[in-house]
Amino acid sequence: MASSAKEMKEVLFGPIFANNPIALQILGICSALAVTSKMENTVVMCIALTLVTAFSNLFISMIRNHIPSSVRIIVQMTIIASLVIVVDQVLRAYAYSVAKELSVFVGLIITNCIVMGRAEAFAMKSTPGLSFLDGIGNGLGYSVVLLFVGFIRELFGSGSLFGTQIFALASEGGWYQPVGFLLFPPSAFFVIGAFIWILRTFRPEQVEPKD
Amino acid sequence: MEAYVSLFIKSVFIENLALMFFLGMCTFLAVSKKVSTAFGLGVAVIVVLGISVPVNNIIYHNILAPGALGWAGFPDADLSFLRFLAFIGVIAAIVQILEMALDKYVPALYNALGIFLPLITVNCAIFGGVSFMVERDYNFGESVVYGIGSGVGWALAIVALAAVREKLKYADVPDGLRGLGITFISVGLIGLGFMSFSGVSL
Repeated sequence: MASSAKEMKEVLFGPIFANNPIALQILGICSALAVTSKMENTVVMCIALTLVTAFSNLFISMIRNHIPSSVRIIVQMTIIASLVIVVDQVLRAYAYSVAKELSVFVGLIITNCIVMGRAEAFAMKSTPGLSFLDGIGNGLGYSVVLLFVGFIRELFGSGSLFGTQIFALASEGGWYQPVGFLLFPPSAFFVIGAFIWILRTFRPEQVEPKD
Repeated sequence: MEAYVSLFIKSVFIENLALMFFLGMCTFLAVSKKVSTAFGLGVAVIVVLGISVPVNNIIYHNILAPGALGWAGFPDADLSFLRFLAFIGVIAAIVQILEMALDKYVPALYNALGIFLPLITVNCAIFGGVSFMVERDYNFGESVVYGIGSGVGWALAIVALAAVREKLKYADVPDGLRGLGITFISVGLIGLGFMSFSGVSL
């Protein structure tokens, strides 16, 4: 493998802030926002997606020279769907309650644009090793946004993290009045909007030009 | 009949796929800059959801569900673990067939939907609708109503967002929020509006 250490580092860490899949490429917002009201579900979702992206990138890259371009979408879909089936079965076997709460969203990893997008844009033209790192990197970029949203929503929405109470709730004699709004689905949009704003304040080159 | 009407209303407003479950967000944000294109995509989603949810319902109940293969002599078979693979294949095939059929028989509609049809295969709203159908155990009649209803809800949401974004062009938005950031916040506000339907009980 001819790739230098610098290139590998760039592929792995680039997507986290400099080229974040959610904040910049508008990919993969679909399946995940609904799972961010609790940190536990968020973490499971992040791990699942990172693994699926990394391994689908790896396998697709390994057979990229044998896939006829006319049927490549179907081939990619089949690989991704098989990986998601594995993840789903593992979750059902070892973490049934989380699997129940994530319900359809585990299956929705298949249609998550990050997985497809990276397979199509990167794995089809790169070596397996680099593709694997690219998958991990993009999974991490996705996880950063998701964990940020999950952290804010659970901490301020119900005063807890991973189900452990951090702030004593006013209803139980404590001092914290939870922001119930953060537990509703639309709040995730505001939190992500704010995340993008913060990110772009520190990285002005990502600001979109005026129409 | 009444149950179907209430399921329809529920899938359009109360459990809106885009605003309550965040499904189909990628296309939802990327293709909502103009009302006319948003409308085209919305119609395409209604058509594909309206066909693929019932078709997958038939496939699930006759082949994949536990014990469903009894008619073929395998009463103990449980193929439900294959459902993701089966559904995504069926959706891709339906989109492809629809594209060819429209091209041949209704070229005007084909040209209007144009580039949106292939995009729909990877639209999470379709796959999400199908998954919800399985999870909630709808029968055939309900799945037809649910497919069309949730499609209409998605179309409504994307047209509303496109209308808001057309006006947003004239607003003076802070630099960091311009484009994607303000779009997210607008979607959140539309979602809040739709949340008021959640008090409706049918």
